[in-house]
Amino acid sequence: MRMVNKSIASAGNKGEKDRSDCFLSLELTGSGGIKIDLISKVKALYGETILSLCKEVLHFFGIENAIMNVEDKGALPFVMAGRIEAAIKQLIESDKEFLPETIVENQFQTVRDRQRITRLYLPGNTPGLMLNAGIHTPDGIILDLEDAVGINKKYEARFLVRNALHALNFMGAERMVRINQMPGGLDDLDFIIPHNVNLILIPKCESSTHVHLVNDKINAIQKRFGLANPIWLMPIIESAMGVLKALEIAQAAENVVAMAIGLEDYAADIGTQRTMEGTESFFARCQVVNACKAAGIQAIDSVFSDIVDMAGLKENVLHSKALGFDGMGCIHPLQIKVIQDNFAPNEMEIKNAKLVVNAFIEATMNGYGVVSLGNKMIDAPVVKRAQRTIDLAVKSGMLDENWRVFQ
Amino acid sequence: MKKIDKLVTNSMGKRVPSEVNGKPAIPFRGVGKYIPKGQNFGATVASCASFPTDGNKLVGSLKESLVNAGLNNGMTISTHHHFRNGDLIANQIFDIAAEMGFKDLIWFPSASFECNSYLIKYLEDGTIHHIEGSMNGSLGRFTSEGRMKGLGVLRSHGGRYQSVQDGEVHIDIAIIASPTADFFGNANGIDGPASCGSLGFALVDSQYADKVIVITDNLVPFPCVPWQIQGNYVDFVVKVDKIGIPEKIISGTTEITKSPDRLYLAELTARFCEEARIIKDGFSFQSGAGGISLAVSVYFKEIMIRQGIKARFARGGSNKYLVSMLEEGLIDYIIDGQTFDLEGVRSMRENQNHVWSSPFTSYNYHSKGNFAQLVDVVILGATEIDVNFNANVVTHSDGHLLHGIGGWQNCLFSKTVILTVPLFRDRIPVIKDEVTTVCGPGELIDVVITERGIAINPLRKDLIEKTKNSGLPIVSIHELKEMAEKFCGKPASPIFTNVPVAVVKWVDGTILDTIWQVKPSE
Repeated sequence: MRMVNKSIASAGNKGEKDRSDCFLSLELTGSGGIKIDLISKVKALYGETILSLCKEVLHFFGIENAIMNVEDKGALPFVMAGRIEAAIKQLIESDKEFLPETIVENQFQTVRDRQRITRLYLPGNTPGLMLNAGIHTPDGIILDLEDAVGINKKYEARFLVRNALHALNFMGAERMVRINQMPGGLDDLDFIIPHNVNLILIPKCESSTHVHLVNDKINAIQKRFGLANPIWLMPIIESAMGVLKALEIAQAAENVVAMAIGLEDYAADIGTQRTMEGTESFFARCQVVNACKAAGIQAIDSVFSDIVDMAGLKENVLHSKALGFDGMGCIHPLQIKVIQDNFAPNEMEIKNAKLVVNAFIEATMNGYGVVSLGNKMIDAPVVKRAQRTIDLAVKSGMLDENWRVFQ
Repeated sequence: MKKIDKLVTNSMGKRVPSEVNGKPAIPFRGVGKYIPKGQNFGATVASCASFPTDGNKLVGSLKESLVNAGLNNGMTISTHHHFRNGDLIANQIFDIAAEMGFKDLIWFPSASFECNSYLIKYLEDGTIHHIEGSMNGSLGRFTSEGRMKGLGVLRSHGGRYQSVQDGEVHIDIAIIASPTADFFGNANGIDGPASCGSLGFALVDSQYADKVIVITDNLVPFPCVPWQIQGNYVDFVVKVDKIGIPEKIISGTTEITKSPDRLYLAELTARFCEEARIIKDGFSFQSGAGGISLAVSVYFKEIMIRQGIKARFARGGSNKYLVSMLEEGLIDYIIDGQTFDLEGVRSMRENQNHVWSSPFTSYNYHSKGNFAQLVDVVILGATEIDVNFNANVVTHSDGHLLHGIGGWQNCLFSKTVILTVPLFRDRIPVIKDEVTTVCGPGELIDVVITERGIAINPLRKDLIEKTKNSGLPIVSIHELKEMAEKFCGKPASPIFTNVPVAVVKWVDGTILDTIWQVKPSE
């Protein structure tokens, strides 16, 4: 992927529909200093700022003679810096990194049991789609280096994703990255792990070995950088082999917090096609759900690929919830609300959960060891599930945070 | 290049010319501060004796009608924009004028569209001296570069009515392209292959122009009913093969935006209106044609159904979403200024409660009140908004003139004015220290809604109070500006020369701001 013997390199996008991005080409020259030709839709507002950023990055990497052509369509500074660095590193070897400042809003770690009902996939090389993703309040945002990035764009996407982890306001969403398939995906980790990521998705995971490979690399990188922040893993099961080894994968490591199923690839792997009814994937989904529950982690269902059919999505979500899944991937922001609302508990579930939680709290206050509701005994897992239902109801706005006060 | 010798400073602190195209102009004095004295303009007395006794005013061609109307150098020629980008008539008029060698004409459209960039060649060769109306897209760029001979004049729809009524603009020849007409000159926009719904923008032209030409491709025997344009004002009627391109006049279907970010903004706007208790039984609203505005109606509808609320009226731009609300009994009346899709046209034709209106009833400021002030809430857009809530709709941040004012200024007199805008577009901040051009004074703008926060004008203590505990992301306008700059960086100002290229009129005919020539880049 890297050709250091080139003298001209380019990075970025300049298609008709590309916005908030830039395309640049860089040629290293022996003399003549830095020459930058800038075409920008925001030249009147930021022409000088853009030129000085270009010079700053070139200077940072010790480049004193170069010709650079920039076609800018309103790229924010972290995007443009990533594009410049991607072009430079195709031409010179350097361990240095030109990093944007980490914004305050992104300086948080996440917990193991955090809610992950909705996770929005974003193509890792398309800045225009990233900028506002947070306003749609998914539980997680996945910057995708795998299927959503064309093969010749994979290198530059790493710089963009790395910079986004520092500079893009995720507005509270968990910062997730889907790396490439093993073993190539391991190289992605160098660009991600030291840079403020919360969770890594491992695609096409087929054994505990894949999980271990990723963890070994994470540990090595964290050690090198002196980091100890938690980095969670979410393997994605996308093959017959993965399905059959689901439990092994789910239990492979302490930091595996959820496991997802990817049905497009799975259907292809078993030689069939995905249908609305999902008969072909019934076994696989049940297997994944059961493996997750056995391992005590979250089970995440496959994405629903029709972004217009909201009724179909709703049906799919209800089915998914009935099977025992805890969440689902989103490939369009408009899917988030449908998935959130339909994974959320219904009125009957909330009513029952309130009874259970109340009974538990009262029993605890009265010092009873055993919780009962009517003439039924209530076990700890039932209380836990009821509490989870309450938490979901509160988050979905169906129940007031102080419901016990107001009841 | 024109020279403007005398500039004065108006009450917004803006330098504006005291003379526009040779006529004295009044600088803006403040909202409601300029009260003109005197009489309205009087149109020429006509006599039936001068017109055909059988009422048949048909002439053979557009050219013949222009010759009969006495087309001459320096005249003001008006057209309407109900055909939007599908207009086939305005360009033809100037083809004829150029062919006949006339010079220094003034084009007075109710708005221009990209199809009219064809006229640039006539602005260059002197056939057209300048445009008073709107200069959109390529025409705006042409104007910004300082290439138009005269000074462009931008007016709102209401301001256009006011300017003619007050005698500020004298229309020599009005050309009213009409989807249906009879030989007497009665005309409407609701039937015919080029149907566009209302013809309200042409009303003032018919009432006050010296000569009025109705041109149609759907001539019906008298009477043409309804007569949105009354034949009693009309001098000549011309029948041609085609007056407009239907698919460019009206879209077969208007679709709300698919952009999740814009839908989010629309939903947030509707939520604000719900929390501020603006959506209540008997209320009224207006939203424009843009993607966000259309979507706002859809979210309003959801709220109204959920809460069992009915609106008394909605002001169009009508479209299928408003029509569905009318037909489902959620709105009693649509008062429609222009019609955006075929469902709107059908509804106007069939439904008594879908009423066509004109800039006179809706927007004219020099009258005894207008409908715009009766609207409870209006949702509009802007290219820029400053920390004093002043807003711009005509120029972009790079200084180029690219849009007209439309009804935007007039709508600012609604009871609650909401500007729904993204915080930044690509790298262009929308909330700034100072707007490039002031089109609306901040005192009339109540709420600015962006995807990252809502700013309420401190003057609207009632709205601040009502939304205090709503959970909505209420912030100050300064915070919005800072957020935008955090993403984009602090923008430089565009560089202008000291040559004015156009002026922005306020609804009372005074001059609110000047648009300056953009300095050509090296």
